[in-house]
Amino acid sequence: MALQNVWFFLWGLLWAVYFLTDGFDLGLGSLLPFIAKTEEEKRIVYNAMGPLWDGNEVWLITAGGVTFAAFPLVYAVMFSSFYSALMLILFALIIRGVSFEFRGKIESPGWKRIWDTTLFLGSLLPAILFGAAFANIFRGIPIDQQGVYHGTLLTLLNPYGLLGGVLFLLLFLVHGAIWLAIRSEGAIHERAGGTARKLWPLLLVVAVVFLIASKFATNLYANYLAHPTLFIVILITVLALLGTRVFLAKRNYWKAWFSSALTIVGATFFGVIGLFPNMFPSSLNPAYSLTAHNASSSPLTLKIMLIVVLIFVPIVLIYQIWAYHLFKGKVTEEDLAYEEAY
Amino acid sequence: MNVLFLSRLQFATATMFHFLFVPLTLGLSILVAVMETKYARTGDEVYLKMTKFWGKLFLINFAVGIVTGITLEFQFGTNWSRYSAFVGDIFGSLLAIEATAAFFLESTLIGVWVFGWKKLSRKAHATVMWFIAGASNLSALWILIANSWMQHPVGYVIKNGRAELNDFAAVVFQPWALLEFSHVVSAAVILSSFFVMGVSAYHLLKKQHLDFFKRSFRIALAFGLVFSILEVVEGHIHAADVAKMQPAKLAAMESHWETTTYAPKYLFAIPDEKNERNAVEILPIPGLLSLLATHSLSGEVKGLKDFPRDERPPVFISYISFNLMVALGFYFALMTIIGWFKRNRLAESPGYLKLMLFSIPLPYLANELGWVLAEVGRQPWIVYGVMKTPNAVSPIATSQVLTSFLAFILVYGLLGAVGFYLIVRNARRGPETA
Repeated sequence: MALQNVWFFLWGLLWAVYFLTDGFDLGLGSLLPFIAKTEEEKRIVYNAMGPLWDGNEVWLITAGGVTFAAFPLVYAVMFSSFYSALMLILFALIIRGVSFEFRGKIESPGWKRIWDTTLFLGSLLPAILFGAAFANIFRGIPIDQQGVYHGTLLTLLNPYGLLGGVLFLLLFLVHGAIWLAIRSEGAIHERAGGTARKLWPLLLVVAVVFLIASKFATNLYANYLAHPTLFIVILITVLALLGTRVFLAKRNYWKAWFSSALTIVGATFFGVIGLFPNMFPSSLNPAYSLTAHNASSSPLTLKIMLIVVLIFVPIVLIYQIWAYHLFKGKVTEEDLAYEEAY
Repeated sequence: MNVLFLSRLQFATATMFHFLFVPLTLGLSILVAVMETKYARTGDEVYLKMTKFWGKLFLINFAVGIVTGITLEFQFGTNWSRYSAFVGDIFGSLLAIEATAAFFLESTLIGVWVFGWKKLSRKAHATVMWFIAGASNLSALWILIANSWMQHPVGYVIKNGRAELNDFAAVVFQPWALLEFSHVVSAAVILSSFFVMGVSAYHLLKKQHLDFFKRSFRIALAFGLVFSILEVVEGHIHAADVAKMQPAKLAAMESHWETTTYAPKYLFAIPDEKNERNAVEILPIPGLLSLLATHSLSGEVKGLKDFPRDERPPVFISYISFNLMVALGFYFALMTIIGWFKRNRLAESPGYLKLMLFSIPLPYLANELGWVLAEVGRQPWIVYGVMKTPNAVSPIATSQVLTSFLAFILVYGLLGAVGFYLIVRNARRGPETA
């Protein structure tokens, strides 16, 4: 029981870290057509996330892998239920991933336009779909006792699900714009900061609407009402969101970015805590819900995987932080002149 | 057209496509690391140019390999949910370990390598490439341990209606996994060295960048020679292991119908599955099959007729993929041995160079055939002797799978076309002359 609860928390944490890391490059990819005017500015956008996006995406693989290892039944039912949505996400991530590498290999505006489009769509779709998928999990999924899904792709596109999609997109857009402000200079730097400041009020409104809608569309608040101290998570998240704006006003982009990162982690945990111990609640009958307690692996596997995660995740964090540290500076002309640059 | 058939077709398409890019990642990362180390040690600019030229091809290939690998991890959940629920306790943990312990390192460092030329010292930068090569191959190790468990499940008990882990060490350290890993990694190094030798041959034939491509050729040749000879030896041990652990696969890949001692090996046969015999059998070598499979001329080799019809793998596909792969394996060893004698007068051996240029696709073919044999030959089981493939598929709508399958064909088709086009284009262009 205790082990399963620890794993439930780790499961939420891994998804949160995925959204925190890949979030900024998904956001930045979705902003590309609007924020970069010239070829040089486009290349700055690419190279601002260039060295880091690949490592960020592995958090998704890890979150997926850990779901498979620790909660096989959740992995099986979740991914077969979300078949079409997940396929869309995967294809989007595919065309997005190769855009980086392919774009600069041929000097032709038409060629580059193709990969700018795929980067844009490949970033926008996952941002929205991840949000929609998680909002739908919060809401409950029409699965029966056997874990068979009774719905279609359109079932997921209900108002609350769509609201979740918009919320994630806005979170990532702000997160990405701030990252670009950190890593660029001059006109595009100003534009990136300005974009973050302009999007922020919209994010605030959607976040508040989402918090209110969750009261009516989901059961998330039950855990909070049972343990009111948990409201502190929501409070921290809201403060982080407000802090983002404060630091944006001060043009302190690193602090704004960390604030925005905390907002994303907080938003994920808002839902994860509300779900506990459910992982994939059934909207047909609560008895059919998959929980941390009825869908987990054997105690031995949970123990071994816990050791693996406790050893390797800190190591991963160390070398990823090192990589971030290496590439924290402004993207300069010298960087763009690089043969290998995107 | 049902969910099972389409899901199998889709998974086969996705894995085989993914594996067009994996071996070059595994092998070329090592070769580039060798080149960069030579540069870091000697400061010789030719080695820097080599690192950059082969590194660029490596990176294009790497990008396609990475993105097509991501879909695979999720397809177990989307299309094979019953399998996932049944084996997640074991199989899922191996995939999760792969991501945390290996794939992370590879993906994080690739960005550092590409963008870190001026941020790191020469030695540190070369070390990063070694870590990428190591992490890629470590990644392969975990994936192959997972596949080995499907081929030869160990360390589990059936409990709570699923396979649960009871001996982690038995799963990780089973000999099958070690054999499969050495087989796949050797094949990857062979493919990569033939790739480097083939591209080098192209330029040597055009009489351009002679010094650059002679050196590249010789580095690749050394690796190709060692690993193609190793592969022949290892392949034999591997097949003998299959004979013991998966007798039905062995019988199918040899198209061997009757259980006999002193079983002959036919150098050429055409299986006739309907009538449970071979339509054509020529050039028998008496006792060779018994000798290869059991290490004794009088050893008994089980024939296909000893297995119920519904527990036999497709014979024709198994037989063709095995024999073609073996023939190619010998061809690679032969070509690299010849190359070793010609290594100091490559530019004067246009016939050999031409052959090497046209041999580039062959290791790709051999790699794919190996996987076809491994996976088709395991049928009808998804986990050998434990779970049959039809029981593994997700309860989902056919239309969904049909749509995604068509999308796979379309997206992967375009991706493959662009990826190979860029590799060929950059390979032909040669190193930067500046």
